[in-house]
Amino acid sequence: MMGAADIAGAVLAVAGVLFFLAGTLGLLRFPDIYTRIHALTKADNLGLGLICLGAAVQSGSLMTALKLLLVWILVLLAAATGASLIAQTAHRRGIRPWARQE
Amino acid sequence: MAVFDLILGLLLVVLVWKSLSVSDLFGAVISFMAFGLLMAVAWVRLEAPDIALAEAAIGSGLTGALLFSTLGRLPHSEARQPVVSRTVRNGPGYWMTTGFWWVLAILLSIAFLFSLLDLQTPGLGGLLQERLPESGVLNPVTAVLLNFRSLDTVMEIAVLLLAVVVAWSMGTVVWPVKRTLPSPLLPGFVRLLTPFFLLVSFSLLWRGSHAPGGAFPSGAVLAAAGILLLLAGKTTRICPRFMFWLRWILAVGLLVFVFAGVSLMVAGYGFLVYPEQWAGALILLIEVSAGVSIGAMLMALYIGGEPDIHSA
Repeated sequence: MMGAADIAGAVLAVAGVLFFLAGTLGLLRFPDIYTRIHALTKADNLGLGLICLGAAVQSGSLMTALKLLLVWILVLLAAATGASLIAQTAHRRGIRPWARQE
Repeated sequence: MAVFDLILGLLLVVLVWKSLSVSDLFGAVISFMAFGLLMAVAWVRLEAPDIALAEAAIGSGLTGALLFSTLGRLPHSEARQPVVSRTVRNGPGYWMTTGFWWVLAILLSIAFLFSLLDLQTPGLGGLLQERLPESGVLNPVTAVLLNFRSLDTVMEIAVLLLAVVVAWSMGTVVWPVKRTLPSPLLPGFVRLLTPFFLLVSFSLLWRGSHAPGGAFPSGAVLAAAGILLLLAGKTTRICPRFMFWLRWILAVGLLVFVFAGVSLMVAGYGFLVYPEQWAGALILLIEVSAGVSIGAMLMALYIGGEPDIHSA
């Protein structure tokens, strides 16, 4: 028998996985480094947030929830910094952003 | 969960294959780091969080940084160009060697399978739990690493120190200079994170006595903080006094360990056989000095050779 918290947690985690899928699809399908990094960072951060939220709801303990929040914030910071550094390096090396061919 | 374990196991094999067979070195390093991360997950699934921590911190994180810094030192053409395969893929010699390795692999797998069947199922876990109160710590892994089998750990730290000595004897490297990066992003980020790194490192060290943690993961986190600081262009000037202390910090883990062992021997207990009332304090002392040394040694390996005192 699943409680309400279990179901809510599972729904949140599945929603998070969908965002990861979308981000990975973007990484594989988008045309250049800037758009790929944009898709990956944005979608994965949201996906991880949803998974952490789901795990926090399922754990039912405030301490675990706060730890998961800390994990999410640290990953957000690291991902944003990493993505920005990669994009800056690409820009400095003269990789031009993709534009639709007219 | 069986499906998850199966996928995990298959992915591990695929990643090992990729990191060995991929033709460019950059791709091989990426595969190797992904392998390390998944291996950490596998250790979690095997309920060995201590090994998972060490694998994630050292096996994936620090080894990855080491491999990347090696790639950065190779000439550009060697690092990014496909490695030209020298294998001739036909002829009797090729088939003989291929056959030899396949037969050997199959025989070894069969021997491994039989030794698995022979394994005594309870293992040494029960005995360990029984003797745990004598060890001075509450975490069984730390009890094995620093009390019951502490000789192995002495040797591990000695091997790491030997690696640093060999790296230094290969020649000198220019000490990284203080520099301002074009963007303030990385230095700002590192400034924000360094206190967290130190906190996590100390916490892992302290927790080692009763929960997963200990000197190796703690030292790895310490080294990671140092490497990030270097990447952000933050270093100190080196001078003879700095080198003097650096040598002591590199060696202090092994020195304290061996000194403790020999003093116990002189006191009549035997090498690294702790008397019960002293065990907890001795383990803490050894863990702290080993953690600091391991951090310094991993970072020294990242920098490469002996820092050139005249370069600064």
